[in-house]
Amino acid sequence: MEFSELIRTGQAQAELLRGPEMPPLRGTLCVTGHHLLLSPGPQATPDLWLLLLRSVDSIEKRVAGDAGTITLRCKDLRVLQLDIEGVEATLDIARSIEALSSLESVITSFPFFYRPKGLRLGEAWHFHPPERYYKRIARETWSSPLPVPQTRAWRLSEANEDFSLCPSYPRAVIVPRAVDDDALARSARFRQGGRFPVLSYYHAPRGTVLLRSSQPLTGRQKLRCAEDEELLRAVLAEARPGARGFIVDTRSAQAAKQARMTGGGTEAKAAYPGWKRLHRPLERGRPLQESFVRLMEACGDPEQSMDRWLSRLDGCRWLSHVKEALSTACLAAQGMEWEGACILVHGAEGTDSTLLVTSLAQLILDPLSRTMAGFQELIEREWIQAGHPFQLRCAHSAFSHTRPKHEAPIFLLFLDCVWQLGRQFPLSLEFGEGMLLALFDHSYASPFGTFLCNSEKERCLCEVRTRTHSLWSGLNQPKEQRKLRNPLYVPNPLAIWPSVEPQSLRLWQGLFLRWTHPPEPSEVAWEKVWQIATDQKTEGSQPTDSASEPQP
Amino acid sequence: MEHIRTPKVENVRLVDRISSKKAALGTLYLTATHVIFVENAPDTRKETWILHSQISTIEKQATTATGCPLLIRCKNFQLLQLIIPQERDCHDVYISLIRLARPVKYEELYCFSFNPKLDREEREQGWMLIDLSEEYQRMGLPNNYWQLSDVNRDYRVCDSYPTELYVPRTATAHIIVGSSKFRSRRRFPVLSYYHKDNHVSICRSSQPLSGFSARCLEDEQMLQAIRKASPGSDFIYVVDTRPKLNAMANRAAGKGYENEDNYSNIKFQFIGIENIHVMRNSLQKMLEVCELKSPSMSDFLWGLENSGWLRHIKAIMDAGIFIAKAVSEEGASVLVHCSDGWDRTAQVCSVASLLLDPHYRTLKGFMVLIEKDWISFGHKFNHRYGNLDGDPKEISPVIDQFIECVWQLMEQFPCAFEFNERFLIHIQHHIYSCQFGNFLCNSQKERQELKIQERTYSLWAHLWKNRGDYLNPLFRDDPSQTQGTLHLPTTPCNFMYKFWSGMYNRFEKGLQPRQSVTDYLMAVKEETQQLEEELEALEERLEKIQKVQLNRTQVKSKQSEPSRHSGFSTSDNSTANTPQDYSGNMKSFPSRSPSQGDEDSALILTQDNLKSSDPDLSANSDQESGVEDLSCRSPSGGECVPSEDSGKDRDSDEAVFLTA
Repeated sequence: MEFSELIRTGQAQAELLRGPEMPPLRGTLCVTGHHLLLSPGPQATPDLWLLLLRSVDSIEKRVAGDAGTITLRCKDLRVLQLDIEGVEATLDIARSIEALSSLESVITSFPFFYRPKGLRLGEAWHFHPPERYYKRIARETWSSPLPVPQTRAWRLSEANEDFSLCPSYPRAVIVPRAVDDDALARSARFRQGGRFPVLSYYHAPRGTVLLRSSQPLTGRQKLRCAEDEELLRAVLAEARPGARGFIVDTRSAQAAKQARMTGGGTEAKAAYPGWKRLHRPLERGRPLQESFVRLMEACGDPEQSMDRWLSRLDGCRWLSHVKEALSTACLAAQGMEWEGACILVHGAEGTDSTLLVTSLAQLILDPLSRTMAGFQELIEREWIQAGHPFQLRCAHSAFSHTRPKHEAPIFLLFLDCVWQLGRQFPLSLEFGEGMLLALFDHSYASPFGTFLCNSEKERCLCEVRTRTHSLWSGLNQPKEQRKLRNPLYVPNPLAIWPSVEPQSLRLWQGLFLRWTHPPEPSEVAWEKVWQIATDQKTEGSQPTDSASEPQP
Repeated sequence: MEHIRTPKVENVRLVDRISSKKAALGTLYLTATHVIFVENAPDTRKETWILHSQISTIEKQATTATGCPLLIRCKNFQLLQLIIPQERDCHDVYISLIRLARPVKYEELYCFSFNPKLDREEREQGWMLIDLSEEYQRMGLPNNYWQLSDVNRDYRVCDSYPTELYVPRTATAHIIVGSSKFRSRRRFPVLSYYHKDNHVSICRSSQPLSGFSARCLEDEQMLQAIRKASPGSDFIYVVDTRPKLNAMANRAAGKGYENEDNYSNIKFQFIGIENIHVMRNSLQKMLEVCELKSPSMSDFLWGLENSGWLRHIKAIMDAGIFIAKAVSEEGASVLVHCSDGWDRTAQVCSVASLLLDPHYRTLKGFMVLIEKDWISFGHKFNHRYGNLDGDPKEISPVIDQFIECVWQLMEQFPCAFEFNERFLIHIQHHIYSCQFGNFLCNSQKERQELKIQERTYSLWAHLWKNRGDYLNPLFRDDPSQTQGTLHLPTTPCNFMYKFWSGMYNRFEKGLQPRQSVTDYLMAVKEETQQLEEELEALEERLEKIQKVQLNRTQVKSKQSEPSRHSGFSTSDNSTANTPQDYSGNMKSFPSRSPSQGDEDSALILTQDNLKSSDPDLSANSDQESGVEDLSCRSPSGGECVPSEDSGKDRDSDEAVFLTA
């Protein structure tokens, strides 16, 4: 095993400080291939403390006299301090952690070795393929009261079976029935990364659809693609005679125009009759990562006064990003629900802010996506299978000293927006804050394989499905439910329209201040909420059985 | 009545602040006590009632093509924008309201005409609900060190203090009177809170008239007596809640602060809380931020920062925390004062008491706290909240700040308070409403002269009667949690002070969380209780029937099952029935705007449209999507809640309305 070469030392005596209000832990420290272990000795109450090395974001070492201190900043935003006996041991351990936490190989990562008791390999991986969603749409279109032509408007295409059309799409995608696979292939060539327009969500109450894609490759010459135009025309034709569509471009008009210089661009008006373009610039990439980094600096600074806190919070821009993301999602949802229009969302690559908007719009409109099972399906379909490059985006969190290359907390921004929805509609989401925190933690470092790799294609190459455990099977175990579920959940068949006014949006303390701010009173409150809510429910069966058995 | 120039104006439009396109057409009525707007829409006939005493400012804006806009700002943070078709009508309404909103005699206030249909006995009982002598007994007084003094009988020494005062046993009448002459407005040091766990006290007074060098032997003896009354400690803290600069400036006017050299065994401490003028301006600035139309996140955060409001809240909390720590951890008594000892002193003493004593975190205890530290000790309600026409420079949101401090604590300690946010909001509302007599006048003496208790009703009785609405379902009354001090984190964490949109934007329902956890949990709790009772009754019956053991369990489970379902189905129905009005947004959707031409001009167009669609997206917040109508599940059945909208008792107002 190659790990052994990277481990410089066997073990050392150390004391671990885990932040305020937590007692320090003293014992034998040990580095293994995937973990940092601290064993406080046989008679201690927590017999073992364990940290996944993958979750270390940055490491600092300091030596003085014959002892050393290592500060570990984790991807889940925790800050740990290790006081270690012996200078040599300190340096060795630091070097080992550094080397092991930055390994890039996927197939030697921990999920490929993790074999928890009570879970079977391959479990829950089958829960959420596109076929499943297609069945739901087929059912909804058949039973809908809308005119007949619409009922057969969509088909499941396997044109991307070998990932040749689009490496970041799954094998099967949902497209208009009127468009054949050859036309899809042409359209794919006209879109960046081959991400031709596909169905993201079918809004049954209005018979409208949400599509997503990447930017068209119009370039300087303002190229056009007949099949791409035909695809979008077919979408409108099949929705309803005279239906209109909106293209929500997540870049500014300026940026979209500039993209032509590098071969990209945006849909020319004349080429796509019935479609109108709206520009809603959303931040992504490095500026978003920097926003996250600055926010964590502000949250971790104990010296600041009340005077500077609010302007610092403003300076981070994080809450502005939350506001913009929610507004854009509302706009898309509004278009479908109130205008009866079809919506196509894209930015440049169509793998980041595009997915943020489409997934949030679904949460607003679709009651099923607010259930535990539906939310998992939404993340699987709209983030993981839709090709959000988790491996690149979540390589580092807010503490890394290395210059960010591809890192961006888009998925975290999504979770924050969902948290805001949950705060404004505390009874309408079946999952609680615990679920969102778990997703954040696992997206950055996880023993499960769900968030590995950047696309379905890569996951197939690495055999992630057969060789690692699915996060969903881990989360859906009965013992996790009290942490993840919202005991107040009452199914709400309506759309949930959030307020995006600044007064209505708050800093997500539970995440950004999770480790610095003792959560004790709110934990007590959560217990109490459970107690009251389940007093009622315990007499009957489980509140819903959707977790163990997702909607077919 | 003679001030109403025109009692009724038709075809008035009430503008919705968030989406300017939506305006309700209706009729405006002026009555002796209220401004009432009744919408024309036949199915709803929605009514908006505004008490005259709630009106803070009235602004007549420039006439436009559609009519003459009138902006009414209320002290409970409601904002009403009316458009009156005729300029003359608008002027009449304006002139009438200017007068009606500023009564000159107490008798004009609403509480003297308000009649909740209670008989005399009920009214008197209402006034007896909160009894301060009972409260002092609860604290363990009188005892070996503290006694009830009759020195202020008939308000002979200090007319802004109550007659019943607790002072150290060793403080003779001579010392008290001597000390009172050395204090602003003769507000000598008296007991505010006694911490019986360790026999330590919080006392309050006004500033000493020390100037640059004046001394007063009796005042020094008075402080000595306070120290001796808590034998466990060899010093007392004297906390001046003003910024040091302000206190020093007072010395030039012959006032000032205690010189540590002259008083033995005191530790002197400044804790800078700004004066009422700074606070008034700060609130003003914050409300301007709340009024911004679709502000960006930066506009809001910067505006909030510049208002300084949360900084001031923190200053008050810091002072309270300092005192609570001195009492509980150092075991030292504290004397608190500011200038006159009726604003900042009241804030700080009550915050400290709330932190120290779980009793004040209960429904009744909180009423007692306000009665004691604010009402009885002569907080100038009339001047601060502008009940009667007076000097606008005297107005300041002093108790509002205290109420916000309590809310900030509730956010931090969700299980520590027996009452909920609604309780605080309704108290704030009634401090300004003048519907009940509790907060009238500037002192107990004035209230007695006006015979308030014989002529008006008590708010406390009203709140107590409806206490089901004000309970916090998460309250943990087990002793381990509630006994003792609330411990705030030692590290300074500024993020714990949040903007209270539930108060300052309370009439913009769209900005608030659309579902209430409190109401839901209370309903569940009540349902559970009913089910348990039902179950108990059934079990009793079953025992009587004396069936076989096996049989019995089967029936039991069957019985509980259907009732559970019926319970939840009610909430489902109400969800499905929620109206969804979203038409206002359709116009705004860029699709409807004319657009033509080539790509570039279309680009510009969409940009414009984007701007225009902005406010409407925020107007998302306006429609009542997915809101469960929880009022139907409200445990008390929603009867006579001092309504969010108008704050009055329905029946009685109907009467007033008819007489108008």
